[in-house]
Amino acid sequence: MFSLLVLITIVLGVVAAVQLSKVYQLAARLRNHREEDISLADNKMNAWLMLIWMFVFFAGVIYFYIVYGDYLPVSASAHGNDIDMLFMVNVVVITIVFFLVHLFLFYFSWKYYYREDRKAFFFAHSTKLEMIWTIIPSIVLAFIIIFGLRIWNDITDVVASENPVRLEVYAKQFDWTIRYPGADSELGFSNYNLISGTNPLGIASDELIIEKIAELDEEIISIEKKLKEEGDFLPPSQVDALEDKIYRLQRHKLRINDVRTSREASSGEFKAGKDDKLVKGELHLPLGREVEFIFNSRDVIHSAFMPHFRAQMNAVPGIPTRFKMTPTITTDSMRVMEDNPNFDYILLCNKVCGASHNNMAVKVIIESEEEYQAWLEEQKTFSESLGGEAEETDEEEESKLEPVAEK
Amino acid sequence: MAEHAQHKESFISKYVFSQDHKMISRQFLITAVFMGVIAVLLSVLFRIQLGWPGESFEILNAFLGDRWAPGGVMNQNAYLALVTIHGTIMVFFVLTGGLSGTFSNLLIPLQIGARDMASGFLNMLSYWFFFVSSVIMISSLFIETGAASGGWTVYPPLSALPQAMPGSGLGMTMWLLSMVLFVVSSLIGGLNYIVTIVNLRTKGLKMTRLPLTIWAFLVTAILGVLSFPVLVSAVVLLLMDRGMGTAFYLSNIFIDGEALDVTGGSPILYQHLFWFLGHPEVYIVLLPALGISSEVIATNARKPIFGYKAMVGSILAIGFLSFIVWGHHMFLTGMSPWLGGLFVITTLLIAIPSAVKAFNYITTLWRGNIRYTPAMLFSIGLVSTFVSGGLTGIILADSALDINVHDTYFVVAHFHIVMGMSAIFGMMAGVYHWFPKMFGKMMNTKLGYVHFWMTFVCGYGVFFPMHFVGLAGAPRRYYDYSNFEFLQVALDLNPLISVFAIVGAIAQILFLYNFFYSIFRGQAAVQNPWKSNTLEWTTPVEHIHGNWEGDLPVVHRWPYDYSNPQHENDFVPQTVPLGPDEKDH
Repeated sequence: MFSLLVLITIVLGVVAAVQLSKVYQLAARLRNHREEDISLADNKMNAWLMLIWMFVFFAGVIYFYIVYGDYLPVSASAHGNDIDMLFMVNVVVITIVFFLVHLFLFYFSWKYYYREDRKAFFFAHSTKLEMIWTIIPSIVLAFIIIFGLRIWNDITDVVASENPVRLEVYAKQFDWTIRYPGADSELGFSNYNLISGTNPLGIASDELIIEKIAELDEEIISIEKKLKEEGDFLPPSQVDALEDKIYRLQRHKLRINDVRTSREASSGEFKAGKDDKLVKGELHLPLGREVEFIFNSRDVIHSAFMPHFRAQMNAVPGIPTRFKMTPTITTDSMRVMEDNPNFDYILLCNKVCGASHNNMAVKVIIESEEEYQAWLEEQKTFSESLGGEAEETDEEEESKLEPVAEK
Repeated sequence: MAEHAQHKESFISKYVFSQDHKMISRQFLITAVFMGVIAVLLSVLFRIQLGWPGESFEILNAFLGDRWAPGGVMNQNAYLALVTIHGTIMVFFVLTGGLSGTFSNLLIPLQIGARDMASGFLNMLSYWFFFVSSVIMISSLFIETGAASGGWTVYPPLSALPQAMPGSGLGMTMWLLSMVLFVVSSLIGGLNYIVTIVNLRTKGLKMTRLPLTIWAFLVTAILGVLSFPVLVSAVVLLLMDRGMGTAFYLSNIFIDGEALDVTGGSPILYQHLFWFLGHPEVYIVLLPALGISSEVIATNARKPIFGYKAMVGSILAIGFLSFIVWGHHMFLTGMSPWLGGLFVITTLLIAIPSAVKAFNYITTLWRGNIRYTPAMLFSIGLVSTFVSGGLTGIILADSALDINVHDTYFVVAHFHIVMGMSAIFGMMAGVYHWFPKMFGKMMNTKLGYVHFWMTFVCGYGVFFPMHFVGLAGAPRRYYDYSNFEFLQVALDLNPLISVFAIVGAIAQILFLYNFFYSIFRGQAAVQNPWKSNTLEWTTPVEHIHGNWEGDLPVVHRWPYDYSNPQHENDFVPQTVPLGPDEKDH
């Protein structure tokens, strides 16, 4: 209701302004006034408004710096401190330039307003001045570039530390799955063709491949059956759609075969994935160890943004991306520092990815190494989450076929 | 030329399928004003949602209906569609088609002393492609599944897969078709501008005597001709990925319960193609605005533009550099960090010619005799916002800093201050300054003052606080921030920002009123109201075919002889011969 009143006030204000201008226009016509003749009073008024605006603007900017300047969250990663330092240096430079340039701009705008008795100073160029403001910005920018690139190179350096935590952050509309490697500290091979209800990342194992092919076969058979039984009664468009579906399922089978043969040719088996641990809703990381993230997505581009750690990287379907960082403050210490018992670090999606883009976040928990290990220990491995039977059926491929086909 | 000057025309050939550059420029301007009104309106609607998330507003329901705003609360899909179409219309239809189309068309023949564009027919086609493209874009707002919603950059796979969101259905197809037509329009227009400037300059008008507006339009047109075809290829490949089963941009996708039969494509390829246009596009938007304000500032400061040659050099340098900076939009796509480093360097280099331009504007004001027309106010506003927005570009160009501000409100603040304020101010300055030339009438100055001051203050009120929202970590294109405790700042500032946005939008009503009222009822203009030097003010107030009665004017000097101590008058038109002891500038 309040906002409605505000709106009405504003609309009335506009109407009033328009009416006033009409009156003014009529009066001007009577006085034989021409629009292009700007009166001394008008020039003066705008000149003064320029000056007043300068003070209001500067005051506003300073107010925002003071009141909102510390809204940049405290950095909780090693490289985050470097970024913050670089940022501060940049902010200092641009703030100085900002105030200086605006000071000159608005001061000149105020001082040199039009008066009949003055003539402007004919000053068309000055090589000296132009050199000054080409060379000084160049030097400042060279400094900014070198400083920035050194930090960028440190952050993106590929050399890994001694004992990093490696994990995969896997995105889909609209959630994140975190995959920790198991005892073998290796993330198992995965492929999008193997994704199913129980295998959200498409982790590969010989059994799962057979299971998936069986599932596709089953679907093909059921569609073929439907076509045979009802095909004559279905509208042609639906028949086409079903035939198309069969074709797509067969292509899918072929792709899975490709996955298998190419993988077998290179390294043999898919063992590493079985003890991987999949976690949803929470990302746990130990304090002080370097974390190497691998980002993947199964559908559209997402971006994993962790503002407290100054960390961000896109998750692109088909192209794994990487980022590494070292957390330096545990969640508990941050809660004390922020004086907020509910504080949590967060990983957000920062690349528009669909309707629920803004609801795609996961809590990040930084804890001590012991707590982290204890937590990780509790998590189910992938094969456990499948129901445990995957463990024993390592040798016999055929034996796996029957239970699936029966379902 | 007598028979050229006047002959009877039908209504259709005069007002609709006109081949006269002055009429085409008016058509572009009025279309752009219409598109601008829609884009501003869309922004007001989504600002209401951002300012007061989840609250019910009759107005949302009234505009969006039960499907998109049930109970007066807009839904997420509607929000994303509004943001997307707002961006698309503003960047392409208002600031590219509207700005370049209007002022290149109006000023190129008039300021270089030509009877018309090199090809009047192509010029007409350029407008009508633009028109059809606008119609398609606007009608995409009315379809059942909604308009394109993946952001104005329409990154695949989101934009390639109708399963991914409703806006990626028919709305996206229409967006892409509209864009293809738009690019055709830009290309035809751009080629025409280049050919005209190169070939049809009147006697004595050497390149070194061109007004800076024309230099800006020339470089803009070259940028457009070189970069828009790349956008077309990006768009056509995307259309093929959507409808013909190709996989240029798609790979390893599992969506809607099905693993798609696509491998080997790269979503990043699209981004490279898009930003190869996208970054020059920023300067396609900005350079004409800078050219316009050079002219307006010199005329109204009654002083030559300071450092003409440096200004031309800066325009050329900006034009060249703008082609090798596109990767700074993609630092976080997994691009090689080494390559990222190169883009950091090229991007920051562009700050040098930009700084030169800003300093030269300010020096032009120094010891000037500043006449505050509304156009002059907007030009000074342009310099201010160009500096404010340009400076934050230094932070965004630094890849290490970009990690933390990429795709946050910091970016939104940055490019809105540059494009949403600077470029729009340039356009406004152009409208106020050349209105007498376009319509033969004067706009109301007092309303212009109110319009400027409200727009200026509200513009900063909207976009300045956004920097801090972004620094706190608020991602852009979020429908609602209330789920995140650490983003309290967004909740604190968003109502303020929205109020400024709404008041700023209402201020534009003053402009619209002034604009349309003055077209019909404004004070009749005189031939050279601003006492300006350039050739367009030597043409008669009433538009005639061929622009000049009798012979074309001959140019003897550069356009910036204001307050030249060797002359009595404080302006010396370009057609005045050099005195015996006078040197060319």
